[in-house]
Order: sequence, then structure tokens, then C-alpha cells
Amino acid sequence: MQTGGLLKDLTVAETVEYTARLFAVSRPVAEVLERAGITAIAGRRVGKCSGGEQQRLRFAMALIPDPELLILDEPTQGMDVEGRRGFWTAIREDAARGRTVIFATHYLEEADAYADRIVLISKGQIVADGTAAEVKGLASGRTIRATLPGADETALRAIPGVDGVEVRGDTVLIRCGDSDTVARQLLTQTPARDLEITSRGLEDAFITLTGDGAAGPSDRNQAAT
Amino acid sequence: MTAQTALAAALDRQPPPAGGFSPAIVRLEVRRLLRNRRTMILALILPVLFFWGFGLNKSYVHERAGHGNVSAVEMISIALYGAVAATATCGAMVSIERVAGWSRQLRVTPLSPAAYVVIKMLTSLVLAAGSVAAVFLVGALTHKVSMPAGLWVITGLCVWIGSLLFAAFGLFAGYLLPSENVAQVLSLVLTLCSFVGGLFIPFSQFSPDLQDFARFTPLYGLSQLVHDPLTGGTVQWSWIVNLAVWLAIFVTGAVWSLRRDTARV
Repeated sequence: MQTGGLLKDLTVAETVEYTARLFAVSRPVAEVLERAGITAIAGRRVGKCSGGEQQRLRFAMALIPDPELLILDEPTQGMDVEGRRGFWTAIREDAARGRTVIFATHYLEEADAYADRIVLISKGQIVADGTAAEVKGLASGRTIRATLPGADETALRAIPGVDGVEVRGDTVLIRCGDSDTVARQLLTQTPARDLEITSRGLEDAFITLTGDGAAGPSDRNQAAT
Repeated sequence: MTAQTALAAALDRQPPPAGGFSPAIVRLEVRRLLRNRRTMILALILPVLFFWGFGLNKSYVHERAGHGNVSAVEMISIALYGAVAATATCGAMVSIERVAGWSRQLRVTPLSPAAYVVIKMLTSLVLAAGSVAAVFLVGALTHKVSMPAGLWVITGLCVWIGSLLFAAFGLFAGYLLPSENVAQVLSLVLTLCSFVGGLFIPFSQFSPDLQDFARFTPLYGLSQLVHDPLTGGTVQWSWIVNLAVWLAIFVTGAVWSLRRDTARV
């Protein structure tokens, strides 16, 4: 998928039909329009479609030969919020049916929200590979917040994987890499309650992992099914 | 799915029959064409107006020419002008497709370039048929054109098929020139060729020098050939040579510019 590559004077459905006729075996036009979420605008001229609609049309065209793998390079560049959301809903629904989709993106929230697996590449090297939560955990760790009256700060620091402890009255804030182990320990070995585990954003992780913010568009995010 | 079954599935993919050509695509291309107002004016409305305005005056209607009257000669001339305008503009539409990135898009599909050229040729023939039919219809409805019934069919078909010469020219120009210039270059070339080819002013009225020059221009041979069934002269080899040489030039040019464009990606 790329920008351009569409004829303004064809309608959405005609463009898909055109593409379908070029392949020996193809999915039905109606089905593909439905999957891309553009059935409602099938009769509209391509020239009158928004960027998001055009991108969903390109997605529909890509679905025609029923590929097992779809590679999307910056698929939502220049789209508004609504267009992006509609686009990703269509992609997710399609991926849920068993297709593998790989996409590269600048929008890290997008990777966070829609990718099952994220690979961060910095200067040609893979610096992280895992689910969004794993990647975020790798870089910046998570923060566990719990209510623990009379917390023993030194004992908490001794738990493996803990990077820092802060006691604020009855509340403790624990920064750690492996929050699962720490949480298990807290819940089983101490009277801690009201546990809250939060991770820092993917963007923080990206900056930490790639060394500097100027790494540029070197992230590659995969959404695998 | 294991890697092996995935590979088998990938190898299973059949290339489309006829290189991706199908009548349905021609239908879609024609529908696109009908939406293009400029093309419709140039190929359908303008020839009709020309013929209505210049081809039906009293002296033309009463003057005999071969098996019919001069209005019949004019009708064939203007129909040829309209038909070549139609095929040339159709061919040149590839320049818009290049700019839009559509040609690049098509290159990632199994469509073969040859099949695409055939699609474009047939599409332009549909529009050319409309153009010829429109001019002939005006001739028939006004009852001012006199020509034996069989000649209406024969000359109509000759003009129609002959107009393919300029489909090749349109493709050549469309792949070669930037799209903002194509329309201007095309109408200039068309008008000049039609003029020196004797489509607007009868060839016999040219000065001897202009006649000598005109014999080497692209529409001369075709024009003489399509008028011949009506005017009834002997077919001259120079007409056929003229048509064959220009056809070879345009087709070679179209193939060359298409290859050049494809190489660039």
C-alpha cells in the first residue's frame, strides 16, 4: 500500500472489481468491501473519498488475491483520528480471521493498541521483540502501587527485580522490571492490598531502547495473528 | 499453516487467462471514459458540430463526388477526425494514470503490458465507434448526404478501424510526455494532421508545395483510403505505404515509451 495508485474517476466498487478481474482467483468484490468496511461507500467516486477511505480501499484491493501475509508501510500516515480508527478496526477484524499483517508505523500508540507483537529496530538492530506490554516492560519497567501499612523499605528493595521503592504513608510505589514476581511476592509474603500495576508508555520505551529520540523512523511493529 | 503448505499454496497461484485481459475491464474503462467531459466534447460533440456547421451547405449537397455528393466526402472526413481524436485521447489517458500512480499499481498485479495495451485499444475503439456513429447519424437524419447504402457501412467501418492508428500515437504521447502537456500537444498534432491530411479543406485545394508536403503526414494515407470507396479512384500504393510507415512509427514509439516508463518504476 502506498499513497496514490488510485483512479479518481472510478467508484470504490469499480476499483475493486477492476483489481479482481486481473487475478485468476479472487475473493468476491462484495466480501472484500465488507471486510475493509467500505460497503457503505461502494458507489462513491474515489476522488471524493477521504484519505482514510482511500486507504481502506487500498486495503480492500490487497485482499482481492486473498494473501496470507499483508505488509503495510505507514498505512495510516496523514489520516485523521476517525479514519485511522476505522482503518485499524478493519485490519484487526481481518487479522482475527487468520491473516498475518505486518506494518511499520510512526505512531507508537498505534502499535501499542493494535499490534499483537512489536519489533523495535534501531540502526538496523532489533532492540526489542515481544508484545506491547513486554516491550514496555523491557525498557522502563512497571510501577506497582499498593497499600501496605508499615512497609519495610529495605525488605522490599531486597525482592529480585526491584529497581526502586518509595513509601508515601501507607502507600508504596515500587519500580521494577519484572512486576509479576514482585507482585506475587507482595501478595503472598506481605499484607499488601489494592495492587495496581501500570506500565509506562511505548514511546518512553522506544526512546530508552533506541538510545536517543533522533533515531528516526526505525521502528518496525508487527501485528501477527 | 506450515511453511510447506504455504509454499504449495503460493505455487498454486494461476496466472490470469489472456494476461489479465477481460471484457469486464474494457467495460469499466469505457465507463470511466464516459465520465470524462473533455474527452466527450472532443470526440463526440465537436465533430458533430463541425459537420453540421461546414459539411451540409447547399453547394456541398448539390455537388456530386464519386458515388455520392460532397457532403458525403465531408461526412467521412469529419468522422475520421472525430474517430482519431477519440482514439488518441483514449491512448493519452495513460499519462493521467501514470501521474496517479495507477500504472505502478497495475504492475504489482498479474496484468501483462500487452493485455493492457489491448484493453486500451478496445476502449478507444468503443469511443471511436460512438464518434463515427454520431457524425453518420447527423448525415442520415438531415437527409443531405447522398451515398449508396453499402458505402455507409464500408466507409464507416474503414474509418473506425483506421482510427486505431492514432490509438498507438496516443499511447506513445501518453507514456512519453508529462500529463500537463499531453492534452495540448495532442490537440495541436491532431489539428495539424487533420488539416494537412485534407480533412478540413479538400486536398485538391492545397498549393502544389503543400500537397507534396502533405503526402508525408500521418493522416494522408488513411484519409485517401477511407474516401476511396466513395470517390472511386484507384487505390495508390503511396497511400498504403504512408499508412504502413506511420503505423510502424507510432507502434514502435508506443512500445518504446511503454518500456521506458516500465523500467523507471
